Amino acid sequence: MRQDLTVQQMSEDDDRSPPLDLRCGAAPSINRARNCSGEAVSGSGSSTSSSIPASVPVTVTEYQSQYPDQVLEIVLENVLQFLTSRRDRNAASLVCKSWWRAEALTRSELFIGNCYAVSPDRARGRFRRVRSVVLKGKPRFADFNLMPPDWGAHFGPWVCVLANAYPWLEKVYLKRMSITDDDLALLAESFSGFKELTLVCCEGFGTCGLAFIASKCRQLRVLDLIETEVTDDEVDWISLFPEGETCLESLIFDCVDCAINFEALEKLVARSPFLRKLRLNRHVSIRQLYRLMVRAPQLTHLGTGKYGPSEVAQRQGDTEPDYIAAFAACKSLVCLSGFREITPDYLSAIYPVCANLTSLNFSYATITADQLKPVICNCHKLQIFWVGVPCVIDYQCFEEIWVLKLILAVIMQALDSICDEGLQAVAATCKELRELRVFPMNAQEDVEGPVSEVGLQAISEGCRKLQSILYFCQRMTNAAVIAMSSNCLELEVFRLCIMGRHRPDHATGEPMDEGFGAIVRNCRKLTRLAVSGLLTDRAFGYIGKYGKLIRTLSVAFAGDSDMGLKYVLEGCPKLQKLEIRDSPFGDAALRSGLHHYYNMRFLWMSSCRLTRQGCQEIAQAMPRLVVEVIRSDDEEETDNYVETLYMYRSLEGPRHDAPKFVTILR
Amino acid sequence: MEGCSKTGEQACPQLLDLMAKERREWRVMRDGEASSSEEKKLELRLGPPGGEDKRWSLKDSTNRERDAHHHQYLLSLGYFSSTNNSNNNGFSFLHHHSSRSLPVMAKESSQPCCTKVADLQSPAEKKAFLSSAPAKNTAVPNSSQKRTAPAPVVGWPPIRSFRKNLAGASASKLPASESPNDVPSKTVNEKPAHEPGRKNPFVKINMDGVPIGRKVDLNAYDSYEKLSAAVDELFRGLLAAQRDSSAGGIVNKQEEEKAITGVLDGSGEYTLVYEDNEGDRMLVGDVPWHMFVSTVKRLRLLKSSEVSALSREKCTYSWKQQARQDTGLTDPCMEMKKNDSSISLKEES
Repeated sequence: MRQDLTVQQMSEDDDRSPPLDLRCGAAPSINRARNCSGEAVSGSGSSTSSSIPASVPVTVTEYQSQYPDQVLEIVLENVLQFLTSRRDRNAASLVCKSWWRAEALTRSELFIGNCYAVSPDRARGRFRRVRSVVLKGKPRFADFNLMPPDWGAHFGPWVCVLANAYPWLEKVYLKRMSITDDDLALLAESFSGFKELTLVCCEGFGTCGLAFIASKCRQLRVLDLIETEVTDDEVDWISLFPEGETCLESLIFDCVDCAINFEALEKLVARSPFLRKLRLNRHVSIRQLYRLMVRAPQLTHLGTGKYGPSEVAQRQGDTEPDYIAAFAACKSLVCLSGFREITPDYLSAIYPVCANLTSLNFSYATITADQLKPVICNCHKLQIFWVGVPCVIDYQCFEEIWVLKLILAVIMQALDSICDEGLQAVAATCKELRELRVFPMNAQEDVEGPVSEVGLQAISEGCRKLQSILYFCQRMTNAAVIAMSSNCLELEVFRLCIMGRHRPDHATGEPMDEGFGAIVRNCRKLTRLAVSGLLTDRAFGYIGKYGKLIRTLSVAFAGDSDMGLKYVLEGCPKLQKLEIRDSPFGDAALRSGLHHYYNMRFLWMSSCRLTRQGCQEIAQAMPRLVVEVIRSDDEEETDNYVETLYMYRSLEGPRHDAPKFVTILR
Repeated sequence: MEGCSKTGEQACPQLLDLMAKERREWRVMRDGEASSSEEKKLELRLGPPGGEDKRWSLKDSTNRERDAHHHQYLLSLGYFSSTNNSNNNGFSFLHHHSSRSLPVMAKESSQPCCTKVADLQSPAEKKAFLSSAPAKNTAVPNSSQKRTAPAPVVGWPPIRSFRKNLAGASASKLPASESPNDVPSKTVNEKPAHEPGRKNPFVKINMDGVPIGRKVDLNAYDSYEKLSAAVDELFRGLLAAQRDSSAGGIVNKQEEEKAITGVLDGSGEYTLVYEDNEGDRMLVGDVPWHMFVSTVKRLRLLKSSEVSALSREKCTYSWKQQARQDTGLTDPCMEMKKNDSSISLKEES
């Protein structure tokens, strides 16, 4: 789960880059500067002026000979090597041309938040010595089937350029990219020192591709597949890792839903003395888990596979291995996850490690609050907790039998309190909690959910250090949200999803405006917000007025009029990622953000009230913005309203790999 | 409470038909006619999808003098009801024609409009209304809430598909695992594969009234028409045999089998539906063929009469339940017990 924290950091947005070019307005001056960099020093005064923004004081250096400039650059390069944060580097690169050059030569981690904002060639042209690349592709709403498949974000063009430009590349991190087996093959062959591959929410490849990676990347330390879709090509990729001791430190494949060769895995773990993180898929039984744990007591992060006995073992009547001892032997274990298809009896095996746990992911485990409590009450150091809450059976099928309906309603009320109870147990014990995620196991809108405002209130009172919360529920009150806003002042991420659309405060009947208003007002560190429930323009007024640090905002089924969006676009200067669906915002609102769109990574609006003309106006007013109109099917849109608008800044203009259902407006 | 339920029950089957009528009824209310009938209260309470139904009490709206409120409320109700009538695919309230009246709402005030609507529920009246309801307010309102559950929307709630299918795939001891997502555990993996062919081309297909299912190879067909013809071929004989046996074998077995037609457009006796990778039940024929092939998990032939009943209420029968119905078990208590015992069974397709 530590991993996920870094993931979170990585998802932070970069600053306005490339402001340099946009302020100049004309052709991208990166090219110009690049040409300048090789030029002789003398006489370069005139060409520097155009690439330095007027607002930055020009460092006046007399370029009399090459010598002092080179010394300056060498010194700069040495100093800049210590600069690791990309925001700091972006700022440094804006000081003057030589700083820009020095920074470009010394940047080793390349972060590209939108793979279409810049072309691989341009990136390669500016940064010569890159060892690590982070690439992000599709917008987040693509995860929820709001975007047709084959939209784009192909890794192919990138890997070709990277293979030529950076033969010493060591790390690749891809999020929401479309990758093929061939891409992985090329990656495996091109970089002899390749060390880390992390794929988050990607798709398009299979175990074939994994086989290439396993067999060709001899220096591989990290192979992490997180929420990525991997097709089963029936290739035994696990057995293709090199013989002898490996460098493997992290192997995460819980999302790879294919059977694996367990004997090969066991041998692999046995010959990987540096292995710290291991997350198995559900095809690994608890008995097999035991064998692995025995071989790798040095693990710090463990994701179990199927956490229950397999039928085969039961029939054989073997004695059960001593799971408790196995867990107790893992003295460094700080992160536990998995627990798929859980048999709760085995939960007691993890008691020995609870006291050391900083991260616990129960979101795949269907357990009751009573089963959770004995685990949680020992987890005093817990900082990250993910839990899945089973929602009760939808008893609509018992329509006709109202007696049963009543009985079930009573049961559900009881369950309601029980699951809130589980959260109350968390609140009572986990005083160090930083991140909480409560998922529904059975995600329907109209099923009564067992967590409510009671759980949220309890958490807000017990976990004062909370920084990030994702909370799914069926009902909520303003009072609970306000309580959280005043208790948890460290909140940076607040994502509340009231699953019933347009649901007001169920105690007062009012919209949820005041609750979210309190959050933006009181939580001064808030950078990410997701709103839900019945919301009027007033809520957006609050967000615009108080949400000065907000970078990511997610809106669904909210707002009354264009004013809502206007408040946000005019009020939130740091807004980078705005995703909206099914809200009544129209062209006028879109126009009100013209001053800000170059500062944003992207804007997504689906099922809103945008017309094609309105989007066209934006496209014409802002040449460096790529305005994509996405239809859900191949037919021409019959309505005047645009179904999905996805727009982002880019130095490259319209992309050439857009599928038929995407229209790029100009 | 009993009274409420009973009247609710009666109102249920035609409820969503009444949604259209409700608009008319609201206009009637505006003119001052107060209706105190329990039944009307229930109906009106069921207005907004997913909203707390008890908020939209009839009493409050009749107390409002200003037309503007009614107008807005009408509009709100209008677009809410339109959502109930929209189909499952790609719900968007804004694309529904009735929602064109929304601009009026937006233009006429820069003040928050919806708050007025919500303000219709004044605290005093709310308490009076709720006094008849049980303390926790969950029983009666929820039961009526269920009936007006809106059509499921693409991508809502915002949970990735591999999480949605967990309840069905995991061996849970809770009775809560019953869900329409009772899909084979393979689909625990995420979004649909974006490859032209299917991973596993054979999908199960069942027919109402026929206890034995078949499997079809979707890769063998390239259009809905061909699939429809194949379906006819597969089930014609079985259906005839079923009818023979139910008729007591009196009918001459040589009698020609009736063709199964009109499965795609609702004109036949049966209609073809499918369950997609999100666990939702969909009508066959809306999306392009290749998209259908990549997202379909199971097929089913429903009686056309049942389809229209189902489309009015959100039915979350699991596919297992449906199969049990085929074999004649309709007692819900039996079904509940069956569910418990069959939870550990995992379907492999």
